[in-house]
Amino acid sequence: MKKKHIIKIKASLFVLFLLLSVSCKKEITNYSELKTEGEMQAELTSPPLVPKPVGNRTAMKLKVNMEIKEQEGTMTDGVRYTYWTFGGSVPGSFIRTRVGDEVEFHLKNHPENKLPHNIDLHAVTGPGGGATSSLVAPGHEKVFSFKVINPGLYVYHCATAPVGMHIANGMYGLILVEPEGGLPSVDKEYYVMQGDFYTQGEYGAKGLQPFDMNKAVKETPDYVVFNGKVGSLTNGNELTAKVGETVRLFVGNGGPNLVSSFHVIGEIFDNVHVEGGALINKNVQTTLIPAGGAAIVDFKVETPGNFILVDHSIFRAFNKGALGILKVEGAENKNIYSGTIQEGIYLPEGGTIQNMPVTESSKTIMPKRTVAEKIKIGKEIFETTCFACHQSQGQGIPNSFPPLAKSDYLNADSKRAIKTILHGLTGEITVNGQKFNNIMPSQNLSDDEIANVMTYIYNSWGNNKTVVTPEMVKSLR
Amino acid sequence: MYKVILIAILFFIQKGFINAQQNKMVQIQEGSFVPLYGSTDKKPVVVKTFFIDIYPITNDDFLIFLKKNPGFSKSKIKGIFADKSYLSYWESDFDFGNINPKTPVTSISWFAAKKYCECQGKRLPTIDEWEYVAMADEKKIDARSKTEFNKYILSWYEKSKTYENSIGKTFKNHWGVYDMHGLVWEWTADYNSIFLSGESRKDKSEDKNLFCGGASVNATDLMNYAAFMRYAFRSSLKAQYSTRNLGFRCASTTRK
Repeated sequence: MKKKHIIKIKASLFVLFLLLSVSCKKEITNYSELKTEGEMQAELTSPPLVPKPVGNRTAMKLKVNMEIKEQEGTMTDGVRYTYWTFGGSVPGSFIRTRVGDEVEFHLKNHPENKLPHNIDLHAVTGPGGGATSSLVAPGHEKVFSFKVINPGLYVYHCATAPVGMHIANGMYGLILVEPEGGLPSVDKEYYVMQGDFYTQGEYGAKGLQPFDMNKAVKETPDYVVFNGKVGSLTNGNELTAKVGETVRLFVGNGGPNLVSSFHVIGEIFDNVHVEGGALINKNVQTTLIPAGGAAIVDFKVETPGNFILVDHSIFRAFNKGALGILKVEGAENKNIYSGTIQEGIYLPEGGTIQNMPVTESSKTIMPKRTVAEKIKIGKEIFETTCFACHQSQGQGIPNSFPPLAKSDYLNADSKRAIKTILHGLTGEITVNGQKFNNIMPSQNLSDDEIANVMTYIYNSWGNNKTVVTPEMVKSLR
Repeated sequence: MYKVILIAILFFIQKGFINAQQNKMVQIQEGSFVPLYGSTDKKPVVVKTFFIDIYPITNDDFLIFLKKNPGFSKSKIKGIFADKSYLSYWESDFDFGNINPKTPVTSISWFAAKKYCECQGKRLPTIDEWEYVAMADEKKIDARSKTEFNKYILSWYEKSKTYENSIGKTFKNHWGVYDMHGLVWEWTADYNSIFLSGESRKDKSEDKNLFCGGASVNATDLMNYAAFMRYAFRSSLKAQYSTRNLGFRCASTTRK
């Protein structure tokens, strides 16, 4: 013990970690015999928060009180889902221990619940990871205890038959076993856990959506989300940090099916505890997190801005919800990131793709088209240019891309809408009562094309049937 | 001859009608099926002809029973026969408060359910009997492979407070029985036999079937999630347990 403290003072934290991991085998036997001193109630937190670090405390007897609740919650705007939860949140409460702790686990199944549940903690060395001792009927409590002897970040989950369904409904969370002396201290720590959800309706279908077993068996989720719902880490729920701070994320993947390619857009992980274990990899862009696995990542944020957390299996991020934001505030650092320095026209010599210079648009002939023609051509343009974000029926994507169908924003002002296509749009807008804060780039379309696509949009999905002419577009260019 | 048959038919219809009115039971014809668990080598088990209550026991029914058997009231019942949550939602020994009397009685221990049925000259159904009746939908005796039927059962797990619904509001199945799904769980006589006897044959340990992969080892139909949940629920119980979503109905080998 004494020797290690001296090392700790002298060496950098990284070196300490290497030593710990190198000497791991020897430590394991020690920890199983390590005597605990004293007793305390474990602090449990809902995501994205984590309990206080263990610091230098000795191994203790740690009491964990976990209540299981089956409860209705929001998957995304207008979509309800019956979640099964550890501690009332998805993922379940974060449990923070240190190696050598003796955990006395009280698992309580709320009397209103319909189902029996149990808990399998991957941090447990024993049959079923605790599951064999913890099957608990509604209205009852089971107590079991275990000693955490391997440092790392571990998943826990319900393992009652049918296991897949219990996990698919949100019954998972993380338990951290810190090494002796704790993890190196950082400025911010957060808890993020991915999960895939299977609903009878498609993504965004309104109302209370029941679990769809067939989709789950086929592994075709409608939702892939962080922290149990779309928008848990966006629209006012962003993770935050200041420039210069070091951020640590405890990232888990509950599954039940998908493996996560966890990535933070615009950041590089300085350190990754690969698979939540002792091995540290450095300078990692994307780390793979298996279903029923975890990783600890940390990185220093050097520049301000929004850093987007995604599953880089990227359709999951933009079409199924696996998207979060880390908002970093502080002074710009132009040495690290300049921002746009210059905007110019790029004309490759002899290339076939050429942009029409802005001044020439006045010379192009404005064809006279009937409304039916405009709609037909406009539909083709929409289906190649617009639908990826605004979706095929103009329904948009909640929290990301505003709807065009029955859109109050669109119908209120056609000039504003034309300008949005011509010049793009950045910043917060309110559409049909929902706030959106995103970027739409300006579109490289001719006056005629814009007139056609706008006419198509205005004459579809319950909009006000405005007819846009190329002349209107030209006057706003 | 024709007349005799007609009279005989009328007689049986009437008798059946009276019985249904008084005892609310229907006859379940002998048959066989392969249950999710509990059959040796996945062979069909035979369910002999028996009778089962059309509806689960209601709060009203149970109050009548308690008045005759006050030893099973909230305050009098012995600790070994019921835990603290026994009839927890009742206001007092003989008052279930403002709730609808036609809602199913729940928070009942196995001992109390068994006693109730015995006092009617009946018994609790076995798991096999219960499952045999429960696999029928409106039309078919065995609807277990129907997607819609399974969806219906599974959707119940996601609806809260269904115990506040009156009996008889779900569908009437092929046998004329209501509320096998969609209302509350129900006690069976041998609710814990599957995991105990099933495993003791093998390695003398209990409960193994229930966890992770183990749950699928002896199961006959891995897609029958609805049944998985019932077996899992039953095996989490002990005879003195009572929960808010668990009621019961009675069965009988002979007509009552």
